[in-house]
Parts: sequence; C-alpha cells; structure tokens
Amino acid sequence: MLTTLLIVVPLAAALVVWVLPLSNESTAGLALLAALAEVGLWAGGARNFDFSSQEPQYSATREWFSDLGISYSVGLYGFQYWLVGLTVVVGAAAIGYAMWAGRDRPRAYYGLLLFLIGSLVGVFASQDLLLFYVFFEAMLIPIYVLVGVWGGPKRVKATLTFVLYTMFGSLLMLASIIAFGITQGTFELAALGTSSNDWIFLGFLVAFFVKAPLLPFHGWLRLTYTEATPEVAAILSGVVSKAAVFGLVWIVLPHFPEPVDDLRGLALVLAAATLAYGSVLAFRQPDIRGVVAYSSMAQMGLIMLGIFSVNDLGLDGAILHSVNHGLVSAGFFLLAGMIEARAGGGEFSRLGGLAKGRPALASVVLILGMFTLAVPGSTNFAGEFAILSGVFQRGWGYAAVGAAAIVLAAMYALRLISAILHDRRASGPDDTSTDLVGGELALVLPLVAILAVLSAWPALVTERSFPLDQPTSFISGQEQAP
Amino acid sequence: MIDTPHVDWLALSPTIALLGASAVALLGAVLVPRTAVRAFSAAITAIGFVVSAVFAGVVFDRSPDPTVLLSETMTRDQLGALAAIILALIGLVVVLVSWSDARRDHVGEYYALLSASAAGMVFIVSASSLLTMFLALEWFSIALYILCALDTHRRESLEAGLKYLIIGSFGSGILLFGCALVYGSTGELGFSAIREATGADDPLFVTGMAMILAGLAFKVSAAPFHMWTPDVYQGAPTPVTAFMAGATKVAALVLTLRILVTAFPEQAEIWSVAVAVLAVASLAIGNLAAIAQRDVKRMLAYSSVSHAGFLLIAIAANSDDGATSLLYYLIPYVAATVGAFAVVAARERELAQPVSLANLAGLGWERPFLGVGMWVFMLSLAGFPLTGGFLGKLFVFSAIYEAGWWWLVVIGVLATALSLAYYLNIVRALYMRSGEVAPGPVVAAGGSPPRDLLLDAAVAAGIVVTIGSFFFVQPLVDLARDAAASLPL
Repeated sequence: MLTTLLIVVPLAAALVVWVLPLSNESTAGLALLAALAEVGLWAGGARNFDFSSQEPQYSATREWFSDLGISYSVGLYGFQYWLVGLTVVVGAAAIGYAMWAGRDRPRAYYGLLLFLIGSLVGVFASQDLLLFYVFFEAMLIPIYVLVGVWGGPKRVKATLTFVLYTMFGSLLMLASIIAFGITQGTFELAALGTSSNDWIFLGFLVAFFVKAPLLPFHGWLRLTYTEATPEVAAILSGVVSKAAVFGLVWIVLPHFPEPVDDLRGLALVLAAATLAYGSVLAFRQPDIRGVVAYSSMAQMGLIMLGIFSVNDLGLDGAILHSVNHGLVSAGFFLLAGMIEARAGGGEFSRLGGLAKGRPALASVVLILGMFTLAVPGSTNFAGEFAILSGVFQRGWGYAAVGAAAIVLAAMYALRLISAILHDRRASGPDDTSTDLVGGELALVLPLVAILAVLSAWPALVTERSFPLDQPTSFISGQEQAP
Repeated sequence: MIDTPHVDWLALSPTIALLGASAVALLGAVLVPRTAVRAFSAAITAIGFVVSAVFAGVVFDRSPDPTVLLSETMTRDQLGALAAIILALIGLVVVLVSWSDARRDHVGEYYALLSASAAGMVFIVSASSLLTMFLALEWFSIALYILCALDTHRRESLEAGLKYLIIGSFGSGILLFGCALVYGSTGELGFSAIREATGADDPLFVTGMAMILAGLAFKVSAAPFHMWTPDVYQGAPTPVTAFMAGATKVAALVLTLRILVTAFPEQAEIWSVAVAVLAVASLAIGNLAAIAQRDVKRMLAYSSVSHAGFLLIAIAANSDDGATSLLYYLIPYVAATVGAFAVVAARERELAQPVSLANLAGLGWERPFLGVGMWVFMLSLAGFPLTGGFLGKLFVFSAIYEAGWWWLVVIGVLATALSLAYYLNIVRALYMRSGEVAPGPVVAAGGSPPRDLLLDAAVAAGIVVTIGSFFFVQPLVDLARDAAASLPL
C-alpha cells in the first residue's frame, strides 16, 4: 500500500496541477507539498520495514493484463527502498530549487517534474518486468519536454539526442522483454526463471548501458546535462541514471547468470574504461556542469564495476555508492545552478574568487567537493572502498584502474573547487553577488546532512540492502524460485 | 409462389440504420429549409451512428456462436459485430469533427455519403462471400471517392478524389480478377465453401488468392499498394481523411483477416509469408517516408501506412492471439488517428491553410487542450507506455513471437524506433518552436475562432479511449478474444 501511495501521490499531484487553474504560487506550493509528503511517507515507511525479510515489503499486486501474464506488482526490498529514498529526497530538492529559481509556465513545469518523480519511484518499486518497462519509458515523456522547453540554447538538440539514444536502447530491451516473458509465460520478476540466451541478455544490457551511461553509449551525456535546467540535470544524473543500477541488479544478474558469467569481462572492461575516460574528461572540462557531468559518468562506471563483480562487497558498495553519488551529483548540479545565476554562466573563465566574503557558498562547495573526491571517512570513500575490494576479487587490474581513478577524482574535484572559489580572474563575478541565501541553503544542506549521516554510519545502507546482508545468495536464490 | 428465405433483420440492423440515416439526410437536403440543413443532417447522421452502434452491440450480445446467413452471403458473429461497433463510433466522432467545417454547399450530401459509406463498411465486416465482399467494397469506396472530391473549390480535393477513384478502381479490378480465379477453380463463392472445395495445388486458385490479397492491400494502404494514400489523405477534407484513416482500415483489415483464415487456411504458409512481406514493406516505406514530410496530414498518411504494417503482423501470426491483438490494436490506433486528424482540422480552420510542422508551432501553448490531445495521440502512435498504443504493439509483437517469427519482432521494434523521429517532431513543433517562427504566415484567419465544443468533445473522446485502453486493457482484450473466437482459428 505504501509503495502504491509513493507512486500515486506525485502522479495525482501532477494531474491536479495540470487540470486546476491554480495561481503560480499555489502551484509551486502544492508541488512542494506533494514532494515533501513523499519524503514523509518514505521516512515513515522505515519504521515497519523488515530489512531481513525474503519478501518485498509494502507490496501490492493487481491483475492488469492477465492474457499476457502482466500484473501491477510493486514492492520494496532494502536496496529498492534506498533508491526510492534517493528519488524522493532529490525530487523534493529539485522542486524546491525550481520554486527558488522561478520557472515559466509553472503548471506545466511542476506537473512534469511530479510526473517524473512518480514514474521514477515506479521504476525502483516494480516487481513485474513489464511494469518496470512501462515506468522506464514513461519517465522519458516528461524528460523530453522538460529539457526541450525549459533548457538552455541548444535544448532541442539535447533532448532529441537524449531521447533517441535511450529509446534505441530501451526498444531493444522491449524485444528482449517480449522474448523473455513470452517464453516463460509470465512477467512477474519473482516467478521468472533464468535464461541463457545471449541476445536477450544483450538487449537488456544495452538499454542499461545507455541509461548509465557506459563508454560507447554516452553521446547524449554532455549536452543533456548542460542544457537541462539545474534541477532537471540533478534528477537526471542523480536518480535517472540509477535506473540502470536497479535494472542490472534486479533483472540482469538474477535472470541471466550464464551470460553474465560469459560476458563479465567485457562489462568490467567497459566499466573500467568509462571510469578512466570520465575522470580524464572531467579534468579537462571548461565549466562546472561539464566537470560534474563527466564525473557523474565516471562514478557510474565505478558503480558498474561493483555490480559486475557480482559478490557481496561489490553489490553492497554499488548500492551505497549509488545513493552517495545521487546525492552528491544532485547537490552539485543545484549548486552549479546557483553559481551560474550569480556569474551569468558556468564557464570557469567567468568564475573564481567566490570564496571571498561568501563563507556559506565556499563551505558547501568545499564539502561536496570533498565527498566527490571520496576523502577517507566520507561515505563515498566507504562505497568506493567496498566496490574496489569487491572487484579486486575479479582481477587486480580493475581495482588498480579504480584506485587510479580516485586520484583523478581528487584532481578534478580540487580543480573544480579552486576554479570556483579561488583563482580570482578579472572577468570573474564582482563582489556584489551574494552569498548563498537561506532558501538555497535549505535545499543543499539536507543533502549534505544525509551524506554526513551516511559517512558516520554507511552500514545503514550496506547492511540493509539485501535480506540478511547476503546479496549474492539472495540474487542467486531468486533464480531458483519456481 | 416462391419461398422467400428467412431474413435475419437483426444481423442487418446496423447496416440498415446507417442506410436509413443516409436516405433521410439526403431527403432533408432537399426538403428542409437551407438554414437548417446542416443541423438536420448532422443530427440525423449522428443518431444513425448511435443506433447502429447499439444494434451492433445487441448483435454482439446475442451471437455467441457464428451463424451463416442466406447461403453464406454474410455471417452473423461477434467479430463482425465488434468491428461494426468500432466503425459506428468512428463515424459518430467524425460527425463531431465535421460539424464546424466551413462548408456551404453539399452539406446534406456530405452527411448522407458519410453514413452510406459507413453502412458499406459495417456490412463488409460481416460479408462472407466473394460477391457480397466485392459489392460492399465498391459500395463504401464509391461513397468515399465522392467524399474526397467534395470540396469542389479546392484543386487538391478534386485531385484526391480522382486519384483515389483511379487507383481504387485498379485495386478493385485486381480484387475482382482474383475473385473470378478463385471462383473459377472452386466453383464456390462462400468463404467456408471455398475452404472445403479447395484444390490446394491449383495454380489458378493460389494466383486468385494472391490477387485478392493485393486488392485488399490497396484498401489497407499497405506498401507497395499505398501510393494513393499520401495524396488522398492530404487532399481530402480533413474529417473525411480521419474517417478513411480510421474506418477504412478497420473494415479492410477485419475483412482480410476473415477471408484469409476462413477461406484459405490450407494455404496459410503461403499467405502468412506474403502478409509478413507486406508488413515489412509497409513498416519500412511508411516510416522512412514519414520522416521526410513537413505537411502534417501527409505525415499522418505515411504513419497510417506504417501502422498497416504493424496490424498486418498480427494477421501474419495466423493465430488466436494474433486475431485478438489485431482487434485490440485497432482500438487505440483508431482513437489516436481520428483524434490527431481532429486536431489538424481545428488548426486548419483556425489558419485557413494546410497544417505543416512550421505552422503547428506553439499550438500546445495557445490551445493547451488540443496540444495535450495531440501529444497523447502521438505518444500512442509511437507506442509509449500509458497509452493503448504501447500495449497494442506489445500484444502484436508477443503474438508474432509466439508464432515463431522473432525477426518480425526485431523489425517491428526498429520501425518503432524510427517512427519516434517524426512523432516526436510533432510534439517538438507543438511545444518547442514558439518564438523561432516568423509570425507572418501563422495568423489566425479572421481572428481567433470560438472554441469548437463538439470538436473538443471528439478530441476528449480520443484521449479517453487512448489512455483508457491502457489501464483497462483486460476487459477490451476479453471482448477482442470473444470476437476472434468466431473465426476458425
């Protein structure tokens, strides 16, 4: 029931916003209220959540298209709970940012944002393969318009590239889903058995690799993350990319054990290459968003390393790091928006010297930067450490690439910090632009606070992602279900 | 004294209701005062469509088992009844769309021809002999030829009518030739009689079957028999185009399904390959050509060619699931297509010029309701979730996958990816172009016209069906499965 509520509340709020001719202020207020209600519902759900249960919690099932064996079936395991949490928190911050920034045509805008949040929750809560696909595709509808209408100057090109890339991947996945589900006679994830068909496997893999994105499929990344409004970019890099994590952990690994075994090497190499490539590119970018975009790509590569190591450490680390990265990169995109609003653009040539007289801004940038470079003691460090220990068992080379990438991460994060805060340039912002104001701090500080809590207690996520904290046996146990 | 055969008036009632409406509307064109002709004939036609739909519903309810009537000239079954319901509802929506057409002359004739051609379609979906099939095909086609050319002051409309007449007659000729060959080799006209009399290896018989299929492919507008489609869809009055894109497709596809599985089950290996080839050709040509179009009606015409491809895949499956998925797919397809043409009609009336991608710009912001409608229709045609178009494609693909033709699934999926390019282009034009287009040519003709409530109602109906068929898929599939059960599959 709770899961259904989490999906329906934003969708219903979206409908209300679209249909009722509310004033601009009450539209934004209603949207924020719905987003906060989501956070409240999710947090309240923690009380009765049995993290050790072998059954999904708060599950709900309804007949839908019984001729093909498709049902509305949702529910949450631990790792899904954390991903949903990431969604609602980042979603609320994004809506808050939109309120602060002020957007044209607010009824359409907030409705689409809420629709996006609802379908993202649906993606992470699905227990039916086809339902997952429905939400996976449905979230493209708002993204297409959000980027295409409210984005920067090259918005139309950005949105087309993004949608065509993702649709290409996901339509191949549709073919795979049909082949897989029809052969098995059901689409219920728990009831689906395993398949050893490499083609079906590849259909899924490409869709998720585009979404992540991994190396040859990343053509949409830069333009989309740059042209989207900051809050949409925050959701895209922080949350939407995690749909790939969910799909790989909960669809590919349990149902395709043999192909995963056969092609693990390829996936690991791609992931490691993405990590290295993204890190190097992040170091070379001339603007904030570019750095955050490519660092985001690099971190996704790292998460993929964890997933494809298919062992307890790697999987736990991948889930923890998904949450970490989601919060950090969403926070950074929002910050980028705030800084761009002050400097009139995010190019480093316009920035520099912002630390002087702006303690709050300087502190937040510095703290998020420290998380990005995974300073020991931070939750990002815990996540990366778990992933690298996991992947080390698959080959020391991957771990070596990963470790090198941490050094690169330090380089690009420090470069970013100094380019924004120090390095005073003549063309930089003058002293009139203000420090972060209360409203902006209220958006970013909660994200930082959650990161701080996770830093103190990363086991909150790692020990509560899979029943009994046994990811591999849970996932492979799933494959023996009738 | 000659024994008159028993006539099943109920089975004929959906057709008769429409013919009656047509006759009354025609009389009204002469007898009713000029000022009231429009209201009178539109009302009569709308009532005719409603009555026809109700009667078809009764037939559906009372025909759990198919009955062959009048030495197999027609069959009373749930397949025909369901198709008749869909056809009558399309007609009703088209009446709503037509209401504010700025037509001064031939108003009565317009509505009379509309219901006459719908009557032919309602009849053809129950036809089960070569003779009645050809009769009904000509019946609705001739009415459509005239409807296409009814805007006598527009050259494009005349051209469309002429083109459709010539190419349509050519198609009918092929169909008739095929019928003659089949009749010649079997000596039978009724579909099931042909099945029993078949000499399977008779080359004349197989040639006849192929020609019948080709003749029907003209009406389905499947490639390579689609050449008339873009010009005719573009030139015909927009409500007529909506009617053709929706109703003709339903009638022709249901008939194709019926004749292939009833009369030619022994030759299934031959025709299912042929249908698959037609489907692949339609998908390829329809989608590729649609990308290049700038005129919205033309683009939608090619989109209808590509959907003929998806629908033919369902027939190629030659299975119960295939027939069911065809009938289900038709529901959201028809809703989205007719709805899209309704939006085009609204824009056309506003601008008094053909609707292109350029002058569609900003419609989404100026008229939010029509914009949302168009958006929903495009998403459904592109097969996005939360619309029936997605489940239709899914169902068709799973039917053909179960029939063992996995490569058709891959082709269908690639075609869908291709189709996004032009469907999303329309969404882009609706919402993302405002400001870039010079205001010059895009000015409402004679100021902003008042809201057209009936047209809005038609668009609303389209939206409700498009989205409703996603959420309430199972009841509709149950209906479709009942209807498909009346076929010998």
